[in-house]
Amino acid sequence: MEKVKFLEGNTACALGAVRAGLKFFGGYPITPSSEVAEVCSEELPKAGGRFIQMEDEIASIASIIGASLAGSKAMTATSGPGFSLMQEALGMAVMGEVPIVIVSVMRGGPSTGHPTGPSQGDLMQARWGTHGDHPIIAIYPESVNEVYYEIIRAFNLAEKYRQPVVFLMDEVLGHMKESVFINEDKIETVERRKIEMDQKKYNPFLTENDIPLTANYGEGYRFHVTGLYHDETGFPDVSSENIQKTMDRMYRKIYNNMDDISKNEEMNTEDMDILLFSVGTQARSAKMAIRMLKEEGINAGLFRPITLWPFPEERIVELGKKVSKIVAIEMNKGQMADELRKYVCEEDEKKIIPLNKLESELIPPQEIVDKVKEVL
Amino acid sequence: MFNYDKYIRKDKFPHIWCSGCGNGIILKSSIRAIDKIGWDKNDVMTISGIGCSSRATGYLDFDSLHTLHGRALAFATGIKMAKPKMNVVVFTGDGDAGAIGGNHLIHAARRNIDITAVIFNNNIYGMTGGQYSPTTPQEFVATTAPYGHIENSFNFMELAIGAGASFAARTTVTNPKQVENFIHKGLENKGFSVIEVVSNCHVQFGRRNEMKSPIQMFDWIKERIIPMSKAEDMSEDELENKVITGVFKNIEKPEYVEEYDKNIMAKAEGE
Ligand SMILES: Cc1ncc(C[n+]2csc(CCOP(=O)(O)OP(=O)(O)O)c2C)c(N)n1
Ligand code: SF4
Repeated sequence: MEKVKFLEGNTACALGAVRAGLKFFGGYPITPSSEVAEVCSEELPKAGGRFIQMEDEIASIASIIGASLAGSKAMTATSGPGFSLMQEALGMAVMGEVPIVIVSVMRGGPSTGHPTGPSQGDLMQARWGTHGDHPIIAIYPESVNEVYYEIIRAFNLAEKYRQPVVFLMDEVLGHMKESVFINEDKIETVERRKIEMDQKKYNPFLTENDIPLTANYGEGYRFHVTGLYHDETGFPDVSSENIQKTMDRMYRKIYNNMDDISKNEEMNTEDMDILLFSVGTQARSAKMAIRMLKEEGINAGLFRPITLWPFPEERIVELGKKVSKIVAIEMNKGQMADELRKYVCEEDEKKIIPLNKLESELIPPQEIVDKVKEVL
Repeated sequence: MFNYDKYIRKDKFPHIWCSGCGNGIILKSSIRAIDKIGWDKNDVMTISGIGCSSRATGYLDFDSLHTLHGRALAFATGIKMAKPKMNVVVFTGDGDAGAIGGNHLIHAARRNIDITAVIFNNNIYGMTGGQYSPTTPQEFVATTAPYGHIENSFNFMELAIGAGASFAARTTVTNPKQVENFIHKGLENKGFSVIEVVSNCHVQFGRRNEMKSPIQMFDWIKERIIPMSKAEDMSEDELENKVITGVFKNIEKPEYVEEYDKNIMAKAEGE
């Protein structure tokens, strides 16, 4: 049975998280994400969880890392300025392999920028915001319905791989109201793995398929977690071989499971004259442009990564071979265009055509149509 | 003879601290206080920030979390809320708690969340090599105060009380029994407890200030101790640069997580 609800993106995000099993939310208000916190403050205690408004975003992410290590599915929500404040602790969550979900509803930056307008300026912050090399998972849906299902997938990936997951939205997506079709048959949740081992022999960073078998605090294992490089015991080991070995494993944990983690949407990529690349809400405008182009006899395809990070390199290389031009449509100065050039530009410098705007609104379909016609 | 072995991770020794460092005294007194209160080891959790003092968590056989510089109390807040049965103890330094983490100290106190924070106050940034901290006394030398320090010091007791902590006490490593007693009282308090322990960093602080041995530093600390009962009759001038020891606050006050459950959870469940 399908239930239809008419929800704002931020509300769908909060409700989806609660459906995924969220038990702790720590956050700090910021436009355009505050409704996620507001809905959690109301819904979490009903679902047996707890909510707290912390004193800042650093404290917010710290609190959810603590709560997750104590066994609760945990989330925070913020936007650009707050996401920047969270970066140090996001690295700690990578290092400690702590399942958390960080929602960042993008607004115009840098600095206070444009608080009430959308942007896609933090795609790279999501990838490389924290210091040091690290793998990351980031998901970016395009509609309110997709927000509901994808936030559940974000929790599932966090739990499965013991990995922080960044959940990107933008101001349009956060504040737009759309129908959400809730079909329980389509929902699956991954629960925290129960560890049963002899306490004396237990090591929190013993791994299985490169994923650590970490228990929860308070279950009698009495283990240690640190942000320092550590060995399987959880205690510091900053020998050069351990540093290399640990980060290699953390990369393998994610990159060897691309089949499971990666998720893309493709439209008309079988038979196309040109490829459009777009993510999040902006991709909807690209879809409209594809329909308009069709009427004029031009076959354009769309590639939309839903899991933005890790980047779907393999598929992009394949698609790049099929076309002579890729138009990358983004509400930023070309962050994904740069990323695409890493994979598809061996000979032809001009293969990636950036269509970028920082006007605090979606790039309309007509401008995409015009661009395609100009370059084709 | 008290058996410390029950509470330490023996295989993690030798510790990283310099010989004669006051941190060891605070660690031992903390163990005795936890033993006295009789908690099941599996229900105790220690959390620390970054600094020499913050390494304490690694040596104790409880669940433990070594976090980021200044943020231990914020991590601790999440742990306490997710698992209220845990008895949460935070080990932190004067820089960790008073500078970078000052905001979290204020707000943990304001909420009166049931966490015990033990501040190892050695008047300096030990781990990073002797830069001045919020409690470095005026005129003393630090690697970033080569001409002598001019800033005013933080008073952790006034700060904790002003922010709403229900227990606040100050003692020094020259009186380990008192350290144990005050930590024990802090653990007993259902609410936010701050225990400031004035300690010696003879290596990064003493050495640059004509006190290169722990003994010299102990003498310097002892000379300045004024028990609270005596301090009451002394003028502000007389108390300048003194270390007033004692229990500054010990009151009953609603605890944050209990209040959350009593009010918010109960109301939400009714809906
Ligand atoms: C964000 C950040 N800034 C700076 C540092 C460097 N740092 C490490 S420990 C420390 C000061 C420690 O002093 P204190 O908290 O008094 O502890 P102590 O070493 O004296 O016990 C600093 C500045 C850091 N680790 N992280
Ligand atoms: S540097 Fe100072 S605080 Fe750090 S271990 Fe040595 S004596 Fe102790």
